[in-house]
Parts: sequence; structure tokens; C-alpha cells
Amino acid sequence: MDFELTDDQVALCDGIRDLCQGRFDIDTVRGLANCGGVDGRLWGELADTGVFSLVVPEEEGGVGLGWAEAGLVFEQLGRALVPGPLVGTLLAARVTDDAVVGFIERTDGPALVEYPDVLNALLVIDREGVWRVDAAELSVEPAQSVDPLTPVGRVAELPQGEEVDGCYGWANRAVFLSSALQVGLATGARELAVAYAQERQQFGKPIGQFQAIKHKCADMYSREEVARAALYYAGCVMDATMGPGLPASPGDYLFFHGCTIDPGDVRGDHEQPDMVRAISGARILAAEAADHNGKDCVQIHGGMGFTWEIDARLYLKRAWALTPCFGSLDEHAERIAAMV
Amino acid sequence: MDIRFSAEEIAFRDELRDWLGEVLPTLGDPPDRDDWTARREWDMGWQRKLYDAGYAGINWPSEFGGRGSTPTEHLIFLEETTRMGAPYVGMNFVAQLHAGPTLILEATAEQQALHLPAMLKGEEVWCQGFSEPNAGSDLASLSTRAIRDGDHYVVTGQKIWTSFGHVADYCELLVRTDQEAPKHRGITWLICPMDLPGIEVRPITTVAGSSEFCEVFFDEVRIPVENRVGDENDGWRVAMVTFSFERGTAFISELLGTMNQLAEMAELARGIRRNGSTAWDDDEIRREIGHLQAEYDALWALTKRVVSQAQRTGMPGPGGSVFKLYYADVKKRMADLAHRMLERDALVLAEDVGDEQTGGDMVASRLYVLSLSIAAGTSEIQRNIIGERILGLPKER
Repeated sequence: MDFELTDDQVALCDGIRDLCQGRFDIDTVRGLANCGGVDGRLWGELADTGVFSLVVPEEEGGVGLGWAEAGLVFEQLGRALVPGPLVGTLLAARVTDDAVVGFIERTDGPALVEYPDVLNALLVIDREGVWRVDAAELSVEPAQSVDPLTPVGRVAELPQGEEVDGCYGWANRAVFLSSALQVGLATGARELAVAYAQERQQFGKPIGQFQAIKHKCADMYSREEVARAALYYAGCVMDATMGPGLPASPGDYLFFHGCTIDPGDVRGDHEQPDMVRAISGARILAAEAADHNGKDCVQIHGGMGFTWEIDARLYLKRAWALTPCFGSLDEHAERIAAMV
Repeated sequence: MDIRFSAEEIAFRDELRDWLGEVLPTLGDPPDRDDWTARREWDMGWQRKLYDAGYAGINWPSEFGGRGSTPTEHLIFLEETTRMGAPYVGMNFVAQLHAGPTLILEATAEQQALHLPAMLKGEEVWCQGFSEPNAGSDLASLSTRAIRDGDHYVVTGQKIWTSFGHVADYCELLVRTDQEAPKHRGITWLICPMDLPGIEVRPITTVAGSSEFCEVFFDEVRIPVENRVGDENDGWRVAMVTFSFERGTAFISELLGTMNQLAEMAELARGIRRNGSTAWDDDEIRREIGHLQAEYDALWALTKRVVSQAQRTGMPGPGGSVFKLYYADVKKRMADLAHRMLERDALVLAEDVGDEQTGGDMVASRLYVLSLSIAAGTSEIQRNIIGERILGLPKER
């Protein structure tokens, strides 16, 4: 056992971090709210770097890495607040050539689609499989998003689309990647809060010298570290369970012992239990860390934290936008409870 | 990152499992909580069995009689012993995890020869004389004084929170040897035999009603200078050195024991019937159990990260303070949940230690967990450590 990052994994994190600092500085990120959340040129750079083909096998032209690495990369993207349908575009890489791809569950009634103005395609998952819907087929009614960097629109009814895959594995992977973004958000919010606590002076000293603030920062760090451990563990379990790439059929999966595969199990509740438990655990801790750290970051900034000017809001709003993704936190807690 | 165990690690686990499978059924019932003679026999007897089987001093270097295992093997050892219900380190805690490692790193060859083999064989109980009534979180302000008189230090003062002080043979004792020097620079580390004249030990009764720890009074106790470990006035450094021996493994048994407890709680919840439904049917209770499991799984993953860092660098990562802070909080929430689930049954404490069926041990546990955010550095001190040493926030003083 060596549950530490390898040198290659450290280099991968550093590389993505450098890319984010160079291309997605905070002013650029804020500006992306004016163009639907995605700038074609910057998105292209992410794609060229291999961000979306990370888990596609090398023989198919991908980077050929595992889910653990995908988690590390998405953590860095979250830390830098990089917007866009990152999760859908990575998951879609093996089944479509589209550049900007959303991913959503088919439900009764109207659907809220993220980044509607910039999508080339939307992948829709239901009992029968995963379907590609061309963005041109979507009739979108604009809606105001809680997060300016996650624009949303209402679609009265999702078109059927063209089948690209079975439904197995997709939801759990989406939850994992979205959790990775949230661990990064928790880190970014903590870093912003700590920097402010070092610089802001009241009563003649930096506020970070007061235990009321220092201890809040320590709690932010603790939440983030515990969530990070859960995330990395989930990535390793996914790699041990499934290997890279997407499976062609349910037969490529390990399921609950003795469980009859339910073709309607869109959310993958019955996939390999160690993996499901690890992913749901990471989801709960990452979502809570991002939410709490976002709120603490606002609080530590005092009155300024409540303003549009300060970036604390961006971490918190993104955390909120990412949480409802293939099951609420209660549902994830239920999935784990069923295994205790 | 690789969470899989190597062939050697799996072989180590299999061999240990076989041995535990043979030896554990021969142990009989654990002693009564307040029968200290029997508890000493139980703990020391287990240590001797570990010694005879080659598992004593699992993380001690082999040149000092230990097994010299890697941090991962140590983790496996603690995982298997906890999983199979082997006795806990108990009153061997200070000797095995604190005083022993300190002697290995800092003591003279004579001191090592006198104590290390006896510690490994389960022949010496050690206790810790660090904290004082007026030196808790601010440990370096300790005032028990030692005055040099020829070949002896004459020690007068008071120590507190000394676990197993009433059954210990030796004490790792911090004393002030220089009143004038800055507080960290006037402290000396001594080996104090507990049978010297002038030592009085008074057990302290805890909120749980047990007496694991004591106050120890020193009235002109004459300790030979040859019992000093490290230089005079260098005791603070010696005391801190011990913590470098800690490789992220301190809470493994505790955490895994707690995870077993959560599984028992889930079992209990499925069985408790009230008004036609079970506690498990209560959405809030069921989800909180799932939530707690997620947090324990994450803490177990964090432990593996800290242990892996220790394996790579020789030093555990900063996860130790994070673990302690977070764990204390989660375990309190679990104890509160047990209370809510048990309703009026929560008025009753289990009669015997280790009674795991009635839920009564969960009530006792609700008291015990109060100590988790206090012992070995309060949660407030852990937050200072994280804030100042990891995040670089300015020191208060």
C-alpha cells in the first residue's frame, strides 16, 4: 500500500495548476459569465491538454490514465473555479466527438440544463441507456441561475436522441467527478479566507491572530483534508474495480453479490458496493466541505464577504450548483446506510 | 496512489490472522474494570504473548528487540488485532508508544538495556508525569522542581492526569531544573521508579466513574542522576522527539473499534421496536448512520494517507491533528445518536465492560468521548497547531 501521490501524479497536478493560473486567472473566470460559461479557445486548450480524454485508453487516442488521476485534475479545476460542463464533456469523450457536452438524467417534466448556450450536445441518461441529443434540437427557455458561472435554461421536454451507450457506470462517475470539483472549491475558498485573515487588520492586528478566526480556518482545512482523503480513496477503488474507460456492457461490471441487474438503475445503486460506498461517501463530504468552506469564507470576509466584488460568493455558489447531481446528499447517505 | 497491499503485506496479515485465531480463544474473559490486579495481569499477559510470538514492539527497530515493521505493517497489525477483538494495548500504552520510543532515540545504552527488554516482555508498566494542575495546554510552564544534590535530583511538586499511575513501575517525568531560563529551556526528562519514598499516588475518579488516571505528589523524592535521559535542561526537546516516532498509527485501534460500534448500532436500530416500527425506519436515524459511516470511511482513508506519508518520508503528514480534531467531533455525534435511538434505555449503563448487546456500552461511550477533545492536546490546541503551523496564520503571542 502506498496511498500517496506518485511523482507522475504530483507532476500532473502541478501541470494543471499552472495551466489554470496561466489561462483561468480570476479575472478571466469572472468574465466567462458573459459568454455562457465557456470560451471556445480556452475550452480547446483544456481539450488539447487532455483534460477530457484523461481516462480514454491510449490506443483510442486518449491519455490512458485512471479515475484517481481524473479526480486530481478535476480537483485543480475546481480550485481555480474553471466553469463549463466539465463532467459531461469528460464522460462523453469515448462516445461522441462533440467539444462541449452536458450530461443530465431524464425525468418527468421540464429539465434544467446547465450551460445551454454553449453546448454542442447533451447526453441524457434513462432506464434504457445514454442518448445523444444535438444541442440544435433543444428548445431552451432562459432561467436565472444561482451561480452566474453555471448558466441554466429550462427545456420543456428532452428529445429522445440517439443511443450511444448503456446506462451502467455513468451516474457514479459523474458524482465522483463533481465531488472532485467540490474538494477543489473547498480548497480555493479556504485559501482565499486564510489570505484575507493574514492581511485584514482590526484592533491593531491581523484578524487571523484571533482564535475565533484562526480556529474557523483550521476547521475549513480539516473538512477539506477529510473530504480529499475520501475522494482519493474513491478514485483508487474505481480504478481497482473498473479500470479506465467506459464499459461496453453491464457484463463489464461487478455488481452487488447475488443482485439481479435492474435495467432501470440509472443511478448505479447496485454497482460494486465498495465503489458505491466510497463514491457516495466522497460526495457527501466534498459537498459539505465546499458548502461550509464557502460560507466560512464569506463570514471571514465580514461585510465585504456579502458583496458581489469579493470572490467568496463564487466558491459558495458553485458548490451549491454542483450538489444536486444524481441524488441528494440524503440519498447518498441512504446508499451507505444500506451497507452498514 | 495504490491502496492495494503487496504480497509481503498480505503474507504478514495472513500469518498474524492465523496466530490470533489460535491464541485469542485461549484468553478467557476480560477482567472487571475496577479490578486493577486482574487488569495488570491481563494487559501484561497479552504483551508477553505478543513477545513470544514475535509481535512485540511492532514498530520498534529490530536492533532494540522490536519487529522493525513498516508503517503499513503496523497499520495491518492494528487493523487485524482490532477486527479480531484482541486485547487493546491498555496499560502498556506509555511503555510501548511513548517511553520506549523515547529511550530508543535518546537514552544511554545502560538505560536501554535495563528497560527496553522488560517493556517488550510486559514486565514494566510505565506512566506519564507531564501535565500539572497549572500546566495543561501550556505544558512548558510546568513547575515540579528538581534540585541537584550530589548524585541525585530532589524532586518536589505535583503531576496530574497520570494514566495508570497507581499500577505503574516507572514514570517518564518532566521536571524543572532551571528556574531562571526561558520556560522551554529549563526542563529535564527523568526516569522515576514509582516505589521511591516521597511519592504519593491518588486515583482520580472520572465522569465515567472509572479511575484510569491519578494525581501524583512528589515530596523531596530522590531520583539518581543516572536516570536522566538526555542533557539537563534539554528535556523539552526529548519530550518532543517522541512525537516524531508517532507515524500516524495512534488512533487506528480507536477508529476501527468505533466502526465496529457503528455496525452494532445499525444492528441495534434494526431491532429496536417502538409503536410498530423500528428505529431504523426513522429516516433521520438511518441517514445519520450512513453519514457517520461516510465520515469514518474518510478518516480511515486519511489514516492510510498519513501512514503512507510516514512510510515515504519517515515522518507522518499533517493529517494527525486533523484526524484528532475531526474524529472527536464525529464520535460525539455518534454517541448522541445512540442516546436518541435508545430513548429511555439510555438511562442504563452496561454492567460489564465489553457488554455490547444491550446498548449500555454506548451510553458509557457517550461519557468516554468527552475526553477525546481534551486528552493529548485539546481540540482548541489542535486548531492552533493547524492554524499556525499548517496554514501559517500569525501566532497569538
